[in-house]
This record gives sequence, C-alpha cells and structure tokens, in this order.
Amino acid sequence: MKEIVVISGKGGTGKTSITAAFAVLGGSDVMVADCDVDAADMHLLMEPDRKISEDFYSGEIAHIDQDLCTRCGKCQEVCRFDAIQIIDGEYTVDSLACEGCGYCARVCPVDAITNSEQNVGKWFTSGIRTGSSMVHASLNIGAENSGKLVAKVKSESKALAERLGKSVVLVDGSPGIGCPVVSSLSGASFVVLVTEPTVSGLHDLKRVYELVKKFGIKAGCIVNKADLNAEVLDDMKRFLSAEDIVLLSEIPYDDKFTEAMTNGKTIVEWDGELESVVRGTWEKIQEIVRP
Amino acid sequence: MKIAIASGKGGTGKTTLSTNLAAFMSESGEVVLSDLDVEEPNSGLFIKGELIHQEDKYKMIPEWDKSRCELCGNCQAVCNYNAVLKMGNTIMVFPELCHGCYACSELCPTGSLPMKQKKVGELKSFRADNLSLVESKLIVGEEQAVPLIRQTIDFVNTHFSAHVTKIFDSPPGTACPVIEATKDADLVILVTEPTPFGLHDLRLAVETIRQLEKEFVVVVNRHGIGDDRVDVYCSEENIRVIARIPNDRKIAETYSRGELLYPSMPSVRRAVESIANYIEEFRQETGT
Repeated sequence: MKEIVVISGKGGTGKTSITAAFAVLGGSDVMVADCDVDAADMHLLMEPDRKISEDFYSGEIAHIDQDLCTRCGKCQEVCRFDAIQIIDGEYTVDSLACEGCGYCARVCPVDAITNSEQNVGKWFTSGIRTGSSMVHASLNIGAENSGKLVAKVKSESKALAERLGKSVVLVDGSPGIGCPVVSSLSGASFVVLVTEPTVSGLHDLKRVYELVKKFGIKAGCIVNKADLNAEVLDDMKRFLSAEDIVLLSEIPYDDKFTEAMTNGKTIVEWDGELESVVRGTWEKIQEIVRP
Repeated sequence: MKIAIASGKGGTGKTTLSTNLAAFMSESGEVVLSDLDVEEPNSGLFIKGELIHQEDKYKMIPEWDKSRCELCGNCQAVCNYNAVLKMGNTIMVFPELCHGCYACSELCPTGSLPMKQKKVGELKSFRADNLSLVESKLIVGEEQAVPLIRQTIDFVNTHFSAHVTKIFDSPPGTACPVIEATKDADLVILVTEPTPFGLHDLRLAVETIRQLEKEFVVVVNRHGIGDDRVDVYCSEENIRVIARIPNDRKIAETYSRGELLYPSMPSVRRAVESIANYIEEFRQETGT
C-alpha cells in the first residue's frame, strides 16, 4: 500500500481542490484521509456519510475544586502557561491556556486540583461518493494536539485501507510546517507539493520542502496558477531541478477552480481542460509510486 | 490598539490585507505590523524596511546533569508529554515533545535537570518611516509554534508604546496557534472568500473568536467569485462586513511579485480606506 501526502506550505494554493480531484480519478481504489483537521474541507466535495463517529481524547486539563482550595496561590506560581487566573477571588483554570502538564496538581498542598482527559475533537469513518472510504476529523475550537488527531486519522485510514484491500491512501495535509504537518508526513511514500508562482508561494515551498527533506521522502510538485508570474515560475523551476523534485504539472490560473467548488464538484468533473491536466498529473504520480 | 487579522482557511488574503492596511495606516500614524504566522511568515516579502534588530528566540527544555542524578525516575513520572524517559542508567530528554512546564526540573530532588535554552526561531524587526515590521520565523523541524508566537507578541508589547497601532497577521486554522495570536487583540478582522471552503472555515473562525469573546468583523476577499452564501451567513449572524476586495487577476499578479496593492489599484485602496475608517470609528467608540 502506498501513501501519497499532499501539502502546500502556503494556504490557498488549491491543495484540497486538487486532492479531491485525485480522489475522484482514483475512484474506489483510493482511501482518502483528511489530515487538515483544523480547517477540514474535503468533506464538502466528498459527501461523506459519517457512518462511524468517535470522540477523540488527548492531553489533560486541570480543574480546581473550590471547596478544597485554600487560595495559597502555589498553582499559579508554578504554571508557565498563565493558565491560572484569579476570578472573583477564586483560582480558576483558563481551559484554552492550560496545556495539561499537571504541575499545578502535583504541588497543590491540599489536593484540590485534578486532571481529566480532554475531548479535543471527533473522527469519522465514511463512505464517500467516489465509491471508496474516507477517514476525517473535526478538531474542537482552540484545541491542542492537532498533531495527535492527525496521527489518529492517518493510522485509522491505513488500517482501513489494509482491511479493504485498497492500494493507495491519499492524504490531504495541513498548511504550515508545524506539528500537524510533521504528523501528516510521517510514513509517506510520496509527497505532492502544491504551490503557486508568487514570491510567497516560492518562499513557503522552500521551507516546507526543507521539512520534507528531513524525512527523506521523494517529492513532486504541482504549480497551480502557473501563468501568474513567468519570472517567479522560472525561479521555482530552478529550485525544483536543483532539489531533484519532479515537476508534475503546471495548471493555469483559472476561476473554474472556484466554480467547480461552488457547485460541489471537483475540477475534473467540471472542466474538460482541467480534467486532462489533472488526469495526466495523477497518472504521473501513479507511475512514480507504483513502477 | 491591537488588531488581529485572521481566517480559518489559509490563502484567503490575511497577509495581503495585513501588509496593505499597515502600510496605508502608517501614512497617517505610527504602525507596527507583526507577522505571527511563524511557520510561513510572508509579510517581510511585501514590506521592505531597514533591519534594526535581530535576536534568536528560545524555548526552555531540561538538560540532564548526570553527575548529580540518583536515577529516582521522578522526572519521568511527572512528565505528561513523555518527553523525559529513564532508560537504564540514562535519562533521555526529547526536546520536540517538551512543552517547557518545568515540572521535571523543579520537582527533581537532586536538581539534576536544569532548564536550558533551545533555539526555536529568529525574530527580526524592520523599520520604514512610520511603519515597523516584527517578523518571527520558526526553525524548520521545530513543531511548536505557540512559544514563538507568545514571545513575538511580548516583544511587540514591550517595544512599542500604547499609542502605536498594532496589527497582528495571524496563522491560519482554529487550533492553538490562532488562539495565542488573537487572544490579546481588541479587534479581530476575519478575512474570507465567497466560496464553500471559505464559508465553512469562516464559520469555524467565528466560533473560535466568539469563544474568546472578542469583537470581530469580516472582510470578503475575491468578491464576485463563487456565490453569495458568505453574505447571507454574515447577515443572518449579524456579522458586519466592513469591506469587499474584488476578484481580479491583476491583484493576483501584483501580489505574485511581492508588491503592495493599494498604491496602484484603486479598488483595493477603497477597501483599505474603509477598513481604516472602521478601525478609527472603533478606536473612538471603545477608547482603545
């Protein structure tokens, strides 16, 4: 089984639109995993049935029992996250700031503080309209541990793909280079970088590729909105060839990306020209990962 | 006054709005723009100023001092992140898992885990006329953005006086980095686009900001593309849309070169002007 991870560094380059199109082209053989858990959008194009829904618990959060608390202030003194505030004379935990380290509970002289597991979101297993399945999630507002939820979505999608005999897991990753991206990348067979020829796109591509390199994973690149800036496109191509990254395709700047999405369709179901470019790209990826 | 520019979805135009608004407002007063998207900071590509300050930023992690350690294992027992492990006669620290809570260090009976600095990124401060830019960049491979975001905000708050307008360009999403970047703001401006992805992620962003009990307004970017569902949602939820930036390939081209938009594009100037006017109104009403 091969795992193809699509990431972009910069947001808004068309990563999810392209991943959804790949899912349609791959059909029933491609298991989809939406690892962009804090702004998950794949479900808007995949029509998942959310057959199985489970709560996800990760990390802890402190609670102070006001009946036991003697207001000594020791908890506030040791908290490095400014998570303990005095509200109306009572020491109170700010749940958004608390990182669940448990230090406060350990130093409380009267054992007034307890830690409980935190529900940080939900994850789902769904049948989708491509005839395949998708594992996806929603992270609670402001929750931590999105990296752990990503890891959960990945491990569940792999296990399910194996059970159902799928040959590919297609992963929609998150923007940036932080913990959710690191979790998305681990174990990948091939990384698809979706970028655009803008100075920000190039800057972010270089940073996210530096991360991919640390994992030693082979990468290919799709330049979306390729006709936006010829000069930056040239710089981008020089970077790709110097780093031995396969240029998978150049997709022209096209408002049809948005039109398709507005109509609940992927780009390959909406426009013939886009369909042929994206199909060619998908076939190229197949040749690389399944020689 | 502190203004955070945020969005659920990435690539909706946060940095475009932050840089153009900051440059425009600096024509009539002192402004500092701070790029808190430390994983992929881009503001510096649009604002060219003179580098006036640079410093490394650190997080604190424990370092094992073998000479004093009695291998009691208390450090491992108190660490909730599995960042400290006792393996035979060795204590191993995993810096990427450590949140810097100090529990292992301060609860160690022999003081064998003193906290040491570990570099997580770089902060740079630039200046051009009335506009300052403070930008932090996370080291690639470092997973936690929050400690660097926190220190960048602290830098801005201590180095610029209260009368300076502070604009914070926030990271995308709705998880901990966004909370950190917006929780200190007087006003949050959410940038979205009129597409299904834009609307879906705007809803998440609105929920986030409501939970923080912040004042917020919306700017619609790429207006004219997609459909009117963002407008319908905002009016149903009584959310004020203070400006619309049109969908225009020329804007995308100008942006692609790393140029500011409002000096050459009247439609963007009008949008930025109305945002600046709203901010002035807000400032007078709230006295911030």
